[in-house]
Amino acid sequence: MTDTVLPGSAVGAQNRERVRKSLTRRHRNEALFRWAGILSIAAALGFVAILFSMILSKGLPSFWQSTVHVEAFFDPELIEGGPRPELADFPSQADYQQAVNQWQRAVTLSNWNRIVETALRAKAPDVEIDSRDLLELVTSAARFQLRDMYFANSDVLGQTVPVSILASANTDNWLKGTINRNAADERQQLAATTRALADRFEADGTITFDFAWHIFTNVDSRSAPATAGLAGAFMGSLYMMLVVIVLAVPIGVASAVYLEEFAPKNRLTDLIEVNINNLAAVPSIVFGLLGAAVFINYLGLPRSAPLVGGLVLTLMTLPTIIIATRAALRAVPPSLRQAALGLGASHNQTVFHHVLPMTYPGVLTATIIGVAQALGETAPLLLIGMSAFIANIPAGPLDSATALPVQIYLWQGNENRNFFEARTSAAIIVLLGLMLLLNAIAIFLRSRLEKRA
Amino acid sequence: MDVLAGKVKVTSKTLDQTMNPAELMDHPIRLTARDVTVHYGEKQALHGISIDIPDRAVTAFIGPSGCGKSTFLRCINRMNDTIDGARVGGKIELDGEDIYSTDLDVVELRARVGMVFQKPNPFPKSIYDNVAYGPRIHGLAKSKADLDEIVISSLRKAGLFEEVKDRLSEPGTGLSGGQQQRLCIARAIAVGPEVILMDEPCSALDPIATAIIEELIDELRENYTIVIVTHSMQQAARVSQKTAFFHLGNLIEHGDTEEIFTNPVNKQTQDYIMGRIG
Repeated sequence: MTDTVLPGSAVGAQNRERVRKSLTRRHRNEALFRWAGILSIAAALGFVAILFSMILSKGLPSFWQSTVHVEAFFDPELIEGGPRPELADFPSQADYQQAVNQWQRAVTLSNWNRIVETALRAKAPDVEIDSRDLLELVTSAARFQLRDMYFANSDVLGQTVPVSILASANTDNWLKGTINRNAADERQQLAATTRALADRFEADGTITFDFAWHIFTNVDSRSAPATAGLAGAFMGSLYMMLVVIVLAVPIGVASAVYLEEFAPKNRLTDLIEVNINNLAAVPSIVFGLLGAAVFINYLGLPRSAPLVGGLVLTLMTLPTIIIATRAALRAVPPSLRQAALGLGASHNQTVFHHVLPMTYPGVLTATIIGVAQALGETAPLLLIGMSAFIANIPAGPLDSATALPVQIYLWQGNENRNFFEARTSAAIIVLLGLMLLLNAIAIFLRSRLEKRA
Repeated sequence: MDVLAGKVKVTSKTLDQTMNPAELMDHPIRLTARDVTVHYGEKQALHGISIDIPDRAVTAFIGPSGCGKSTFLRCINRMNDTIDGARVGGKIELDGEDIYSTDLDVVELRARVGMVFQKPNPFPKSIYDNVAYGPRIHGLAKSKADLDEIVISSLRKAGLFEEVKDRLSEPGTGLSGGQQQRLCIARAIAVGPEVILMDEPCSALDPIATAIIEELIDELRENYTIVIVTHSMQQAARVSQKTAFFHLGNLIEHGDTEEIFTNPVNKQTQDYIMGRIG
């Protein structure tokens, strides 16, 4: 039976039948695809939820650290050097400075540990405990804390002053239960007497869990995990991001505008384009080697400096910004260019008055994604010496510094497991928080720019 | 003839033989095209177009899609320069000056020859800034008051001022299609051009907006040389004094609109006008 024999209506019926048959298959495919999509999104969201809940459940408690609240007696018999010298008593500023230095040396040499010990014992007069075991309860930086209090105000001499001292990381972990409380004595970090005292202090309120602001204000520490903070690494990262933004955005946008709008389309520009795309795929550690070879060895820039780190990260971020900006430029409707050219705007005016402003949302997103990527980059920084232990907050981009992700790497790899327990996950939360903040800014700015356009 | 030519500053060779001397006094020739060819890469889009376009009159280019009428229009303000691989041959003169000569700055040419496009394309800026942009880049206004004056008078001439006077700072993209097109006309007028090219200016508009634009074109004719490309023969008949019929990259026939529509010489023109091709 051929179509030519059939009357028109019969052909119509036959076609309708065929369409109906294919419809069930089409609907089934559509439903299948929709379910596959929902499943994959659910899986992705599930993994993100697991990741975040694990990080938060492990990391959030470390923002609250056990703190021992005691009354410290600034014993005149223990503190040497007497009261702080007065400027009026000295003939010249130089003499006064010398006397202050002498006084500070004498004060530092005083037995501050005894003062800490006395203050702790006063809280539990009936407990018998070895002096060394008692001092294990608090961080080894406690004596410097009291000394600095005295430096700041020597009037406290002979007085009893309430002081909050950070408990040592071991005590903190014991109280939080992050180390096995049932492990045998010889496998515990703290003596049995110290552990008992910690439990007693927690019960009577001498030890409370206070918010650990010093995570944000202290620098790294080698000996006292409880006092180690992120301030140095944070400033190092901040300087690097400044270098990246100041260099990568103008260079990247300018290259993209030139390549897309002005460069002649020939072999050479094709080659450049291919290479820029390839550059985006180069492993980051290779950029680190390049930085060590070129910026440090050849140009003689200082090791461990955020400037060098920033330069290396700039090289890594450039392809991201160039590729995104070119894509945004290509997406500008040709009618806009024609409108400007038709009015007699020069090529330059057309690009900078009309075309480029249309790409701001795209460029902004690319910049923030690039900067966020650079913020989390670790490998190249290891090769330019940014993994060194730095005990100061860097004052400028040429000072030695480390970076947030490198700090995480250092703490996680530290042989003292207290760093790992007390600090790594807190640092991860800070880093993730920064990333989320950057992304939120990107979304906010983009929606504002798009509304304006 | 020589006396006449001197008076209107055109050489005798550019004179259109179909015009009588009285008409020529009112409408001297502004634009002369001789043997204009355009290649897009290997493909030849125009095969030797020669035409004279009179001052203060509307010249319509008609013809089926792909006939080269828009391509020729874009030669007049050198918009084809922006297309990769486009080559223009022959000669086009504006007031006797070769617009493809190396002495001529294309930016200056486009300030003299404005263009309105098929789809309204206002800048994503305020209504005021849309109109003010051209005067600003060409430095036409000496003061803010000057600029205000130019913007308002341009909007008036485009018949848009009354509709938008209370919202000059609102984005131009928020206007209706017809208003946007009139904004684009105001934007072109603001630069003070001598010639206005219109590339199917009503093809994206509804009949009412089209009627308003056609009326506007008729008013603008008093002060500008207007060249309009249109798909609609009715529109060509309504707004133009001169009509040129293009087909397959050739200029088949041109002359007074009335002549072309009532008494076409060429068989192809006749067929197109009768709706047999196109």
